Amino acid sequence: MASRTYNAGVKTYRDEYWEPDYQIKDSDLRACFKVVPQPGVDREEAAAAVAAESSTATWTYVWTDLMTDIEYYKGRAYKIEDVPGDDEAFYAFIAYPIDLFEEGSIVNVFTSLVGNVFGFKAVRMLRLEDVHFPLAFVMTCQGPPHGIKSERDKLSKYGRPLLGGTLKPKLGLSPKNYGRACYEALRGGLDFTKDDENVNSQPFLRWRERFDYIMEAIDKAEAETGERKGHYLNVTAATPEEMYKRAEYAKELGAPIIMHDYITAGFCAHQGLSHWCRDNGMLLHIHRAMHAVLDRNPKHGIHFRVLTKILRLMGGDQLHTGTVVGKLEGDREATLGWVDLLRERYIKEDRSRGLFFDQDFGAMPGAFAVASGGIHVWHMPALLSIFGDDAVFQFGGGTLGHPWGNAAGACANRVALEACVKARNEGRDLEKEGKEILTEAGSKSPELKAAMETWKEVKFEFDTVDKLDTAHR
Amino acid sequence: MSEMQDYKSKLSDPSSRRFETFSYLPALTEEEIRKQVQYIVDQGWQPAVEHTEPENAMDQFWYMWKLPMFGETDIDTVLAEAKKCHDAYPEHHVKLIGYDWKRQVQGLAFVIYRAPE
Repeated sequence: MASRTYNAGVKTYRDEYWEPDYQIKDSDLRACFKVVPQPGVDREEAAAAVAAESSTATWTYVWTDLMTDIEYYKGRAYKIEDVPGDDEAFYAFIAYPIDLFEEGSIVNVFTSLVGNVFGFKAVRMLRLEDVHFPLAFVMTCQGPPHGIKSERDKLSKYGRPLLGGTLKPKLGLSPKNYGRACYEALRGGLDFTKDDENVNSQPFLRWRERFDYIMEAIDKAEAETGERKGHYLNVTAATPEEMYKRAEYAKELGAPIIMHDYITAGFCAHQGLSHWCRDNGMLLHIHRAMHAVLDRNPKHGIHFRVLTKILRLMGGDQLHTGTVVGKLEGDREATLGWVDLLRERYIKEDRSRGLFFDQDFGAMPGAFAVASGGIHVWHMPALLSIFGDDAVFQFGGGTLGHPWGNAAGACANRVALEACVKARNEGRDLEKEGKEILTEAGSKSPELKAAMETWKEVKFEFDTVDKLDTAHR
Repeated sequence: MSEMQDYKSKLSDPSSRRFETFSYLPALTEEEIRKQVQYIVDQGWQPAVEHTEPENAMDQFWYMWKLPMFGETDIDTVLAEAKKCHDAYPEHHVKLIGYDWKRQVQGLAFVIYRAPE
């Protein structure tokens, strides 16, 4: 307990911010940081410094500390753990009183948790591994504008994952050619097509023209197939005003879904758009450009499970989560951990999936996990087995790269998906019998057969860079 | 590699219409349908039968055939109801549904009788 008299000077953090006996409150927001201290700084001091600098403290005592109850307002480090298989890093667990954060503001939480503290000299490297949001805070956030159930009902799509595809080449197509690529993929059997994240409103593809052609493609594909279709119209823009202008026009056209890049566009813009989507009945697809800058280094940055939690709190109906099996980074168990954080109501601490805390999302809807990047028909059994039904599988190259074009490519993916769902429901083991299931389906679908011949040799087997912390890395 | 084929689908051809889950596979055999009903029952979902005129197939609400079969676990009974619906409305599409009452969303829905084209 700090003395109630004023003694100017530099402090030792551990005296005030290391509190191993602290009794955690249900309302506390808790964080787990992986800390690599500077040489000569002991663990308790480094952990306390992180707690201090991410909550109430500055580098020296100030007289105004005595004008308030710092004991009540401060964050404190309450536990230190070894990182398995790592001698230089340790986990520091920190509890913050809920009063430190504005209700419903992820911007505010993150300005504290990953603010100045990440440049702080006493720690050499720092990674925010996980955050427990108390239910009291969760309930101040809107969450997904619609969520999984509502999205299924709006689209009348049940009992299977949804299928999407990113239009390629990602940059350079004219609006009408771009619309053509969309139409072909949708009439062939995809549920959605997608703007690539880089597609905003470049000179060769201005947004309004793109929206017009895409909407005609959706309408015609719906009339032709009798199924609901959509295209993630990317409304990510340089300013919120421009973003809302594009979103409003998508609504005016009757588009069912728009898309946003929540990290590059910024949390403030994102949360605003998410609220707009709830108010306007618009589904919201979320891309995650820049995430790997933050989450790929195992010792510095922010883990993707944290970025997943804040996206769910800010709101989004579909979030890219990695594929496990495709061309992009993603360890299976770790991926399943953040997929649970995206979709489930209550997620228990599970270190084997990298989950450091229990997390209760209360009544907040879950969102679809989106698996996208380097996947094709041969991956379908594994994707269904890993992700289950509440996922969107995005086959971009795996649709457009079909030797007969997008419609045949889309159809191949749809046949493969339905064959796998049917087989799973019949009790067959997808990961063991995948090849037979696809071969059977391919014998009745020339489109699938051609896809299987095209991609049979493509594999993406590199080791992941960011693995879960275990004793034997 | 197989020779390139045209993708046969057009507005003017009713056979181009699809019906969501399993509609890209060849029509399921009776044995295959039984296995899917078994799956619905095994999940603890409520089996139900709905039907519609083909021109209204994209509507959110199809006509319910009686009420969902609450608590029904006998596959033959479920299939017999679907057959009765089909006999009563041979010009309609008939869909089998498993209502997941816990999550309040349809767990599975697929068309088992298609209207004649």
